[in-house]
Amino acid sequence: MRHRFDVRIGPVGFRVGSDWRGPVAQLETLYRDYPRPEDGIPDFTVRLFAARPWRRVVRPSVMISGDYTIPDAAPLPLRLGLLAAEMGMNLQMALAQRRYLLLHASAAERDGRAVLMTGVSGAGKSTLAALLMARGWRLMGDEFALIDPETGLVHAFPRLISLKNQAVAVMEHALPDGRFGPPMPDTPKGDIRHLVPDARAVETMDRPASPALILFPTFGHEAAERPVLPSESFVRLTQASTNYLALAERGYDALTRLVTTVPARAIDYPDAQTAVAQVETLWEQTA
Amino acid sequence: MTGEATRYRAAAPDSLRAVTLDAMVALYHRASGQTHVVASPVPEILEALHPDPLTLDALLAQLSGRFDIGDADVRALEARVEELVAAGLVEAL
Repeated sequence: MRHRFDVRIGPVGFRVGSDWRGPVAQLETLYRDYPRPEDGIPDFTVRLFAARPWRRVVRPSVMISGDYTIPDAAPLPLRLGLLAAEMGMNLQMALAQRRYLLLHASAAERDGRAVLMTGVSGAGKSTLAALLMARGWRLMGDEFALIDPETGLVHAFPRLISLKNQAVAVMEHALPDGRFGPPMPDTPKGDIRHLVPDARAVETMDRPASPALILFPTFGHEAAERPVLPSESFVRLTQASTNYLALAERGYDALTRLVTTVPARAIDYPDAQTAVAQVETLWEQTA
Repeated sequence: MTGEATRYRAAAPDSLRAVTLDAMVALYHRASGQTHVVASPVPEILEALHPDPLTLDALLAQLSGRFDIGDADVRALEARVEELVAAGLVEAL
């Protein structure tokens, strides 16, 4: 490929190849403080390429592929090349990660112990993790939490924080000195802007944490909370894992251990600030 | 073959893993790679149906002897056992 970018995020090395300079230049800027893959060998490769040779220049449109590909994925316009790269990296993780049990969850750490926050898209995982980071927690990731089946520890995957719609303004207000990516209005997922994890999140990304609290947040209701039984937590987390089945018995061991040793709560919240207060109160009570 | 004559045998214990979560048990079936979250009396049924297969009546008698089954109903038990057959955890002989 004409342009290439290598980065390591937590334990995972990526190589992004691109027909265009633009997305690679943005990745270089936003991931400038991240290390390169161990021994220079990436775990996963993402390719951003033109659907037809002339589409590199005429109405340029980005196709995403890699070691694993979704055949019918629609191309994105070149102005969303950064989003295409991030989607491609997520896709490789979701489909190909075998070393860790992958939970679709954000994670933040305090005193060596981590809160995991999972939920459907729009539940506020990324916003909550970013707000906790702004309040001095260590951000471990806004999208995937990696559970090591051998140790039960959570490993960080602090990729760029993907903020959507109202969350963009919330975080621009909460972190006026934060490093943000270019605004990307009108993407297939709404308005998106990336936030670079703070220096601490990047410097300490190789340090795992002990899971201490599992939260299932739901946005749009009056503030409320309820305990979640291990069996419900187990079923919801199998649904929130992209590789539970692929990991077979290792996944079963990791997940049964997680839900039987870590308390879980469901929280409803009307706005992000309320949610952060709920999380910190629950943390004091349970973790 | 009539329903009464059908005998059922559960998967061997070493092909199943079980972790008690709360009132529910997470079963992992090594042969299929599938996880099943089940409630009582499923673990007890699986235990009773191995190593020797049983008919439904014999299974009901054994479960009733060991546990306090209030409304011992062979039709309800049959439904549970057929679910386990569909899940591959029990074999109908």
